[in-house]
Amino acid sequence: MSKAKKILKLFIAFLKIGGFTFGGGYAMIPLIQKETVEKQGWITDDDILEILAIAESTPGPIAINSATFIGYKVAGVLGSAAATFGVILPSFVIISLIARVLTEFQDIKAVQYAFWGIRAGVIGLIIKSVYTMFKKCKKSIIAYIAMLLAFCIVAFTNINVLFVIVGCAVIGLVYSLTIGKKTENEIAKGKE
Amino acid sequence: MLFIELLWTFFKIGLFTFGGGYAMLPLIQEEVLAHGWMTEQQLIDFVAVSESTPGPFAINIATYIGTETGTASGGFWGGLLGAACATLGVVLPSFVIILIIAKCFEKFKKNKIVAGCMTGLKPAVIGLIGAAALSMAQTVFFPGGYSLDVFKTIPFYISLALTAIMAFLSIKKVHPILVICASAVVGIIVGYSLGL
Repeated sequence: MSKAKKILKLFIAFLKIGGFTFGGGYAMIPLIQKETVEKQGWITDDDILEILAIAESTPGPIAINSATFIGYKVAGVLGSAAATFGVILPSFVIISLIARVLTEFQDIKAVQYAFWGIRAGVIGLIIKSVYTMFKKCKKSIIAYIAMLLAFCIVAFTNINVLFVIVGCAVIGLVYSLTIGKKTENEIAKGKE
Repeated sequence: MLFIELLWTFFKIGLFTFGGGYAMLPLIQEEVLAHGWMTEQQLIDFVAVSESTPGPFAINIATYIGTETGTASGGFWGGLLGAACATLGVVLPSFVIILIIAKCFEKFKKNKIVAGCMTGLKPAVIGLIGAAALSMAQTVFFPGGYSLDVFKTIPFYISLALTAIMAFLSIKKVHPILVICASAVVGIIVGYSLGL
């Protein structure tokens, strides 16, 4: 595929992602998976985890962070620009067109019903995404600990997500430099 | 000058908020109220409205405030320029920072320290998404807070079924956009027929 075509495809993929994400950053993961992993094969599920890890530990909206990162990975700086522009365009157009009538829009019964349905459906989409990513994630004791720790702290306490991120990075680092290394060596020895 | 003020304020918001979405709300609130761009009530209303418009919350609110304040000072084109300035401001920090990281990341990916951190971070992200799904589930399945009464209501079972069906369709590789549209249609049909 030529680079120009790739950039155009990135723009269109992220236009769809921006136009159909309802309910915050994580709601876009199913769309990102579909468009960039399943349909185009630009990146893998494991890359998505990596990108989200970076997006969580850097400032700014997750949507922008992931669009910029994936865009760069696929087609360099121009790719980043195309993906980022694509993901913000739907919001920008919709909000600036209907800014004045937004509250009236919200009061329409059909709109409320539609979003009642969408919210329930989006949970289904996210459950599927979590499941596929869990399947692809490398399993180890430390992976389960980090997963459970992050889930419990964010779900049941008010501790800032940033601390969770830093904590899990440190746990991972300590583990891989000590115990993880040892087991790797043992595996290597076992192979000999 | 309003437009530079918008650009600069939203640049700060983009630079100093981690995690995105509603994690940005406290800083947005502080800045927006301090500038008198919105009242507290308008902000609360907008958060509700933002749930029913697509796209990242940060972009939605930046565009909205840019449009409102810009239109007040310069009509239609003022609104457009205001929206562009605020949106550009909120996007710019992420864009630049991520671009730098992306450029370096491939090089440092194999680095022991980076790879070590990632062994903890990747599974943590799965936990975070799980927690986000749980909190969404709370608002959908238990809209009035936890109580046993919810098990006697029909909407509870319908939304539970809807979630299960949509998860199943998604596993069957149906496109998420289609799933979202189908959910909206089911929501409208159920809403009117039950008179929710």
